[in-house]
Amino acid sequence: MHYTPHILFAFHSVEHIMRDVPFGWLLRYSHLNGASLFFILLYLHLFRNLYYSSYSPPRHWTWIFGVLLFFFSILTAFIGYVLPWGQMSLWGATVITNLLSAFPLFGHSLVTWIWGGFSVDNPTLHRFFSLHFLLPFLLFALSLLHMIALHHSSSGNPLGLDSSFSKIPLSPYFLLKDFLGLLLLLLFFSFLLFFSPNSLAHPDNYILANPMLTPPHIVPEWYFLPFYAILRSIPHKLAGVLIMISSIAVLALLPWIHSFSSRSSLFRPLFRFFFFLFLASFFLLTWIGAMPVESPFLSLGLFSTLLYFSFFLLFLPSLALLESSFLSSYHLLPSS
Amino acid sequence: MKTSYWRPTWGLIHRLYTRTTIRTPNQLRLGSQTSSFQRSLLALSSAQQEQGSWGSRHSKTFASFPTIAATVFATIYMSCPILKADDETLEPPKYPWNHSGPLSSFDAAAIRRGHQVYKNVCASCHSMESIAYRNLIGVAYTEEEAKAMAEEEEVEDGPNEEGEMFTRPGRISDHFPAPYPNDEAARYANSGALPPDLSYIVKARHHGEDYIFALLTGYRDPPEGVNIREGLNYNPYFTGGQIAMARALYDGAVEFDDGTPATTSQMAKDVVTFLAWASDPHQDERKKMGVQAIFTISVLFLFALYTKRLRWSLYKSRRIEFRDM
Repeated sequence: MHYTPHILFAFHSVEHIMRDVPFGWLLRYSHLNGASLFFILLYLHLFRNLYYSSYSPPRHWTWIFGVLLFFFSILTAFIGYVLPWGQMSLWGATVITNLLSAFPLFGHSLVTWIWGGFSVDNPTLHRFFSLHFLLPFLLFALSLLHMIALHHSSSGNPLGLDSSFSKIPLSPYFLLKDFLGLLLLLLFFSFLLFFSPNSLAHPDNYILANPMLTPPHIVPEWYFLPFYAILRSIPHKLAGVLIMISSIAVLALLPWIHSFSSRSSLFRPLFRFFFFLFLASFFLLTWIGAMPVESPFLSLGLFSTLLYFSFFLLFLPSLALLESSFLSSYHLLPSS
Repeated sequence: MKTSYWRPTWGLIHRLYTRTTIRTPNQLRLGSQTSSFQRSLLALSSAQQEQGSWGSRHSKTFASFPTIAATVFATIYMSCPILKADDETLEPPKYPWNHSGPLSSFDAAAIRRGHQVYKNVCASCHSMESIAYRNLIGVAYTEEEAKAMAEEEEVEDGPNEEGEMFTRPGRISDHFPAPYPNDEAARYANSGALPPDLSYIVKARHHGEDYIFALLTGYRDPPEGVNIREGLNYNPYFTGGQIAMARALYDGAVEFDDGTPATTSQMAKDVVTFLAWASDPHQDERKKMGVQAIFTISVLFLFALYTKRLRWSLYKSRRIEFRDM
């Protein structure tokens, strides 16, 4: 074990892994970029399921476990980012843990309890290290539940229809297909890992954490940027925290928000428009999350936040109503 | 009734809304009692089919705007620097580094010259605590040269059997000596500014090599109306434009082993190459392994692609018929 979870040694022990441990650089860069790869896949998976409305019953339990997996993946990744103890580790941890202090009555005591002191310090680093080791087991258990729930109802398909009368065996068909996908993924990962390993990381995290020096811009990892943008768009601290949490929690409501009988967006042209509008708001938020808090990003962020929530709370329910009324306005029987 | 290749789609939609159980494909029966809702769905699906699909024609128009918007924002995002440079600070230009290409290795001669620049100029204020003399072997110096260089340094070691600290000549396992015993001493000697450690400076700055080069060669007289505080120097590439470090590289500040003329830009280029190597000493090995990995995975991918397509060809080319029984 070459990493040391101590504020005096953590940064240098990571550098030691990168420089002196045989193939340590390979391990560390894989771990660093692996997190990015994980979130790229997670977002692709999430967006595909939104596109095909895969969350709708009978797969709602699969979806709920998926949202939980998403939440705990974010937590695990955030905690992991603190461990190298660079500038962004320390200040990212300070900003995010401080969010809890927004809660009235118990907020400040909660933050002190999490820190194990009065600032992000050695006890915080210690417990974050053990949590970064423990949480993956929770993720493992959740992904098992995700799979069990999936096998309860079996996977969907792009048409959103029952395909149980014609099943294709896992072996060799899907094994071969997934192997192909895995190779494609490894190919992409190799380009990232071997030729541009620091492109998704922040240079400030190669500066030793300094509690006396706040970086001019505190930016989280790219995969948190949309949620960070939502947080910063809201001028009220507690409201910002709650709305940021709801931006993930709202996903869990989807199986009950969606009420149109056709699952797949292949048959829903209007839905497709709003789906891509949602994607646009997500990318916009990602971009704004990386920008300083100033005009025009402030108002643009608020606008994208509205757009983000409108998709779930306004567009989806009204679309279902609209589409149902479209359909009932047809009274023709097809010749069969 | 025999249906064409893609007709099953609409049959399946019908199946969804009529909740008819399908046992086998050729036993499909349309439900005899259809509600008005189901009828309307069927009407929509056949209307789509006959009118050259109403859905997709319109959906192209619908979907194109947000798709374009998303692409534009993604492009802007990818091309934007994460930090917005403030008005006072110049963004460094891009320089064609010898080692920046995906297949380019470090210029060993430049690393050697760059180390000379570091040792003679930078090392008087900047430490490089992560670099040991042994790291230079096979990169810029031979083992004998590295040993000789290490022995020139007096290193404090101990305590010995009597409990006393003592000094000994350096070994190749020793790290580069630091110019100051601690940060406070470094600050005191540099009017309050702490010269950063240079072991990982290239990966710890936005624009990496380009920034360091631009900074080292960017010293000039402040423009009209800019007041420089006592003890600071004007450099447009440094955040805020005022830097405690004075210009360090002047033509001829170093005499290179290999006779290369030591101009300011030559020294800057060499020392930045040396620092880039120090930040990422395994770069060459990494790129080489990358080529191996991509070659191996590509070959495997072609085989897997062939096997997958071969095995799936039956399913991909099958024809499903739905018949009235």
